Amino acid sequence: MAEELKINPLRKYLREDKLPHFFCAGCGCGQVLNYYLQALDELKMDPEQMLHMGGVGCTARIPIYIKTDMFHGVHGRTLAWATGVKMVRPDLPVVIFAGDGDLSSIGGNHWIHACRRNLDVTVVMVNNMNFAMTGGQVAPTTPEESKTMTTPYGSSEPRFDVCSLAVAAGATHVERWTTAHPVQCKKAMERALQHKGFSLIEIVSQCPTHYGRYALKTGDPVKTMEYIQSVTYLKEQGEKMTVQEKEGKLALGQFVCEDKPIYIGSNMEL
Amino acid sequence: MSIIRANQLDAWEKRVDTGVHFMLGNYALVEGAISAGCNFFAGYPITPANEISERMSQRLPQVGGKFVQGEDELCSIFALAGASLAGAKVMTATASAGYNYMQEGLGYCYTIEAPVVVADVMRTRGDNFASYADVYQLRYGCSGDYEAIVVCPSSVQELYDYTIWAFNLAEKYRNPVIVMSEATISLMRERLEIPSADKIEIFNRKYTTAKPSEYLPFGAPENGCPDFAPLGKGYNTIYSLNPHNEKGGIDWDPDDFERLYKRVCGKIRENADEICRTEQYMMDDADYVIVTYGSEVRPSIDAAKLAREEGIKVGVVKLCNIWPVPETAIREVAGNVGKIFAVEMNIGRYCNEIARVAAGKCPVVPVTKNRGQIHTSAELLRVIREETK
Repeated sequence: MAEELKINPLRKYLREDKLPHFFCAGCGCGQVLNYYLQALDELKMDPEQMLHMGGVGCTARIPIYIKTDMFHGVHGRTLAWATGVKMVRPDLPVVIFAGDGDLSSIGGNHWIHACRRNLDVTVVMVNNMNFAMTGGQVAPTTPEESKTMTTPYGSSEPRFDVCSLAVAAGATHVERWTTAHPVQCKKAMERALQHKGFSLIEIVSQCPTHYGRYALKTGDPVKTMEYIQSVTYLKEQGEKMTVQEKEGKLALGQFVCEDKPIYIGSNMEL
Repeated sequence: MSIIRANQLDAWEKRVDTGVHFMLGNYALVEGAISAGCNFFAGYPITPANEISERMSQRLPQVGGKFVQGEDELCSIFALAGASLAGAKVMTATASAGYNYMQEGLGYCYTIEAPVVVADVMRTRGDNFASYADVYQLRYGCSGDYEAIVVCPSSVQELYDYTIWAFNLAEKYRNPVIVMSEATISLMRERLEIPSADKIEIFNRKYTTAKPSEYLPFGAPENGCPDFAPLGKGYNTIYSLNPHNEKGGIDWDPDDFERLYKRVCGKIRENADEICRTEQYMMDDADYVIVTYGSEVRPSIDAAKLAREEGIKVGVVKLCNIWPVPETAIREVAGNVGKIFAVEMNIGRYCNEIARVAAGKCPVVPVTKNRGQIHTSAELLRVIREETK
């Protein structure tokens, strides 16, 4: 008896002609796309009425698979694009998918200034702790002492806490979760899409191909995710943890969510 | 029709300040942009272009536009790309060193065919004196294949007129257009006559009439440019730096790659005669000719007049734009005179283009000055006397 073929209800949002996707087996980018489409679906937001952006990198390719207008292909400059778009089309929702390198390394200056201005965009930053598309080099988010393709003896640099930096720079909605938190990721994205102002959702994600193999000595996505779970803790749990216990670990949860005036560019009414 | 008049623009009464003014060059450039319909500007402070940002920050809000001071030049040029694709007429202004930073964003604009206008108030390296040292940077600064359009005003009036021309070219060819200036004319005040709005011809980009299901975002006639579609209306366009076919996308195919850049370059190369403008002075009976551009045009015309008082028949060909090279005009002149003087304010750069086009028809003598100031007519006259003995 032929079983009825069930089609994923989120498939209607995908550009079928771009499939199959290019992500490695076990990569977290597919999960992030899934959580994001669930959030859009829940809010009944139509990506065809929105603008998505990706710079350069694995994460930047996530919106390639969504039926939407999209800017792509220049490393780190998505928030500069968005600054121009929002001055002309403040009505158009803009969602940016950026890797940790794209946002916090080459795009760092645009990012902190977009936070400061409270530019009305949503940024989904997938933090896989390395430059993955180029083959696994060290990133500003790579944990100290990690071995990568450009830190063969271990990284001697401290890493950024991207969420703390965004909060300090003035972002008005900041959350961090991991790919192992599907419900929290989806809910955080829903809050971000409804937030008026700069939203940053950081999702710590597994890169078994590069960070897994070089830094963790495993190409197994499950083991990579288990590692991520071992180096993260819920913000609420952190209140009972000592400084030593928190060292080298990232807090998960919501760090800020507040209403402040958004950036509207030059304005004669001030 | 995509050609309209400035009196059909929104807030045109505030845009076109018709009348006679005594105005700073950098301000005249801003007025030209506002008359052309500019409604977004992003810039980063740099001398000697600052007066452009300052006046833009004052003028744009008056006409419903937006001004942004970016955190750097990269923000400025990419904000321009975003605003342009979102439907605005956009401009930035910078000076040589700042223009360096913008190459990445300009490369993106050339590739996805975003109309943007960039004013480069050129300066000497590390200081703010007059120079045209970067004429090749304006043409070859970005990575990858593209064709640049660079217009070269020689007076405050032309800073106004050519900026309108630059916006029209950018919209018509979906290409970045550079307004090349330098401190001599940008920081000079002189007469500016702004015509009435109904006399100013404006070209607006074409939007598609196709349904989203039929729209090809990068489909265009041979050597032409595609029609735009508005963002967020279901046209689902991918504007990527990556190679793309007519449908857009990021998939590598050598045939698509070859075809894309053949068209992106061809739309300028094959329309060069339509784009290029030159003006001729005293050329009817000229035995010798000065071929020059920008602020060097005026001392050149004076020098030609002085030479004629001494019986040396010199004419002047002004290149209103230097890229694409006005080859037809230069070739014609080269066949009719005994010698070309290539006058320019650098160590000798564009003279190579003139010599290439003259192709042995007549000798090309580079007359260069790389001292942070334009030639005087007396200096040029000395060279003319020496070279026509």
